[in-house]
Amino acid sequence: MPIELYLNVALGGVLTGLVYGLMALGLSVIFGVVRVVNFAHGEMMTLAMYAAVMLFVYFKLDPLLLMLPIMATLFLFGYAMQTAVINPFITRPEHSQFILLVAIAIIMINGLLMFFGPNARNVLVDYAYDSYQIGPILLDKVRVIAALAALAVAAALFAFFRYAPTGKAIRACADNNRGALVVGLNVKRLYALTFGLGSACVGAAGCMMVLLVDVTPMLGPTYTLLAFVIVIVGGLGSMGGALLGGLLVGVSEALAGLVLTPSAKSMVTFALLILVLLLRPQGLLGRKA
Amino acid sequence: MSGPRRAAPGGRARVLLGLLLALLMLLPFVVNPYLLSVLTLILYLAYVGQAWNVMMGFAGQLSLGHSLYVGLGAYVSAALFVHYGVPPALGFLAAILVALVFGAAIGFLAFRFGVSGVYFALLTIAFAEFTRIGFDHFDWVGGSGGFFLKVAQRDYNDLVNLRGSPEMFYYLLLAMTAGCFLLCHRLMQSRIGFYWLAIREDQEAAQAVGIDVFRYKMLAVMLSAALASLAGVFTAFFNNNLFPFQIFGIEKSIEIILGPIIGGLGTLFGPILGAFVLTVLAEGLRGTMEALGVVLPGVKQVFYGICLLFVIMFLPHGIWPSLRRRLGLDSDGRR
Repeated sequence: MPIELYLNVALGGVLTGLVYGLMALGLSVIFGVVRVVNFAHGEMMTLAMYAAVMLFVYFKLDPLLLMLPIMATLFLFGYAMQTAVINPFITRPEHSQFILLVAIAIIMINGLLMFFGPNARNVLVDYAYDSYQIGPILLDKVRVIAALAALAVAAALFAFFRYAPTGKAIRACADNNRGALVVGLNVKRLYALTFGLGSACVGAAGCMMVLLVDVTPMLGPTYTLLAFVIVIVGGLGSMGGALLGGLLVGVSEALAGLVLTPSAKSMVTFALLILVLLLRPQGLLGRKA
Repeated sequence: MSGPRRAAPGGRARVLLGLLLALLMLLPFVVNPYLLSVLTLILYLAYVGQAWNVMMGFAGQLSLGHSLYVGLGAYVSAALFVHYGVPPALGFLAAILVALVFGAAIGFLAFRFGVSGVYFALLTIAFAEFTRIGFDHFDWVGGSGGFFLKVAQRDYNDLVNLRGSPEMFYYLLLAMTAGCFLLCHRLMQSRIGFYWLAIREDQEAAQAVGIDVFRYKMLAVMLSAALASLAGVFTAFFNNNLFPFQIFGIEKSIEIILGPIIGGLGTLFGPILGAFVLTVLAEGLRGTMEALGVVLPGVKQVFYGICLLFVIMFLPHGIWPSLRRRLGLDSDGRR
C-alpha cells in the first residue's frame, strides 16, 4: 500500500509541478532576454488568479475558457510595464531594479487587498472532486487538466521562439544585444514583447493555479520566491530548465509534505535551491555564463 | 594610521552632525510616547540599514536575506535569557558569535563556489527562508506559535537585563546607531574601506593589484552579520515576542535594505536619512488616512509603494547624494 501512496503523491506533484513550471517559464523568459529579475512575478500571478475568480463568480465561466482573455490582459499589462517603467532601469544596477519591482509588487499586493479584502477565495468548478483511476493510481481531474493546459501553453511558447520570425528576433536580442541593434531590430519593442509574453505565461499559470489553491492578496511573495527557486534549479534563462525545475520542485514538495509535515515542505525546496546554487550555479540545464 | 588618508570631515558636516546628535538626545524630553516610538523605529531602521550598508554599500555584495542575522541574534539572546537566565548584556556575545558563524558559512560557500550577482542575492534569500521555516518547527523556542519574554515592571531601568522604560531603549539604540556610524566612518577611511571600495567597483581589478578579495569580502559579510545580530538582540527585548515569520520574513529583509537604498547606498548618512524619510512617510500616510477616515486596508501601502517607485525612478543614487550637494557638504568625497 505505501508504495502506491507515494506514487500517487508523486504523480500529483508532477501535475502541480507542470503548472509551477509554466509560472517559472515566464520569469525565465523575461530574465533570459531582458536581464531583469521580475520580483513582482508572483504578484502578477495573483492578479490573474483574482481575474479568474471574479469572472467565475460573476459569469460562471470556467477558468480554462478564461485562459486566453486573461493571458491577453496580462500580456498588455507586462508590455505596458516594460515600456513605461522598467525600460529605463535595464542598465541600472541590480539593487535598483530590485527596489523598483518590489515597489510594483507592494502596489499590486495592496491594490488587490483594497479591492478584494484579505479573505481567501477559490473557484469551485463542478468537476472539482472528479478523478481518474488507472489501476491503483488516482489522479485529480483538475490537476490533470491544469497540467495539460500548462504543457500546451509551454509548447506554444517553445514553437513561437523556435519558428516565428519575432521569436527568432527576440532570441537574437538575448544572444547578442549589440548585434541585434546593428542589424536594425527594435530592441526596446522586443523587450516589451518578451515581458508581455512572460506575463502571459504567468497569467495562464494563474488560471490553472486557481483550480488548485485558494487565492489571497498575500500569496504573491510566496510564489515569487517559488518561481525563483524553480528557475535557478532549472537554469535561469533556460526554457526547458524552468519546466524541469517545476517538476522537481512539485514532486519534492509533494513528497516532503507526506514524509515530513506539510508546513515544512518549502524547507526541502530551499535546501534544493542552496544545493544547486553551490554545486551547479548555472542550474541543471543552464549554460555557463 | 596606515593607508591613504582623506581630508578630515568638513567642519560644516561635523557641526551638523553634532547638532543632530544633540537634538536626538534631547527629543525624548519633549515628545509624547507615540513620537518616541516612531523615533525608536527610525533609529532601529537606521542602525540595521547601516549594518547592511557595510556589506552592500561598501563592499558591493547584495544581501536580500539580512533578516537572517537579525532573527538569529534575537532568538539566541532571548533563548539564553529565558532558558538559562543569561542576561542580554552577556547574551549579545553569543548572538554575535552565531551570526558570525552563519555569515562566515554563507560567505565561504558563496565566494568559494563563485556565486555572485543575482545568484548571491537569491542564495541569501534561500538561507533566510530555510532558517525561517526551520524556526517554525523549532519547539525549544516556541516554533511558529512564537517565543515570549516576560514583560517586566518598568519602575527602574535595568540595562544588564534590558528591562526598562521606552526611554532606556531609545538611548541604547541611539548609542548603538552612533557607535555604528563612527565605526563605519573609521572603516571608510581605513585600508579596509578602500579595499572594499576597490572590490565593489571592479573585483577583477582589485584582485589584479593584489587585494585578497576573498578575505575582504568575508570580512564585510561577517562584520555586517555581527552588527545586524545586535539589532536582533534589541528587537527581542524591546518587543518581548518573536515569531519566525515576522523576524525572518522576506518583508523584513526588504525593510532593512529600503532605508540605505532610498537614502543613498554606500554613504554614511544615507541609511539614517532613508530610515527617517521612509518612517515619516509611512506614519504620515497612516495619520492622513486616519484623519480622512479611510479604513480600507492596503490604501496606505499603495501610496507607500508609489512614493518608493518615484524615488527610485528619479533619484537613482538616493536622496542623500543630491541633498549633500545642495547643503554644500560635497567637499570631501563620498561621505
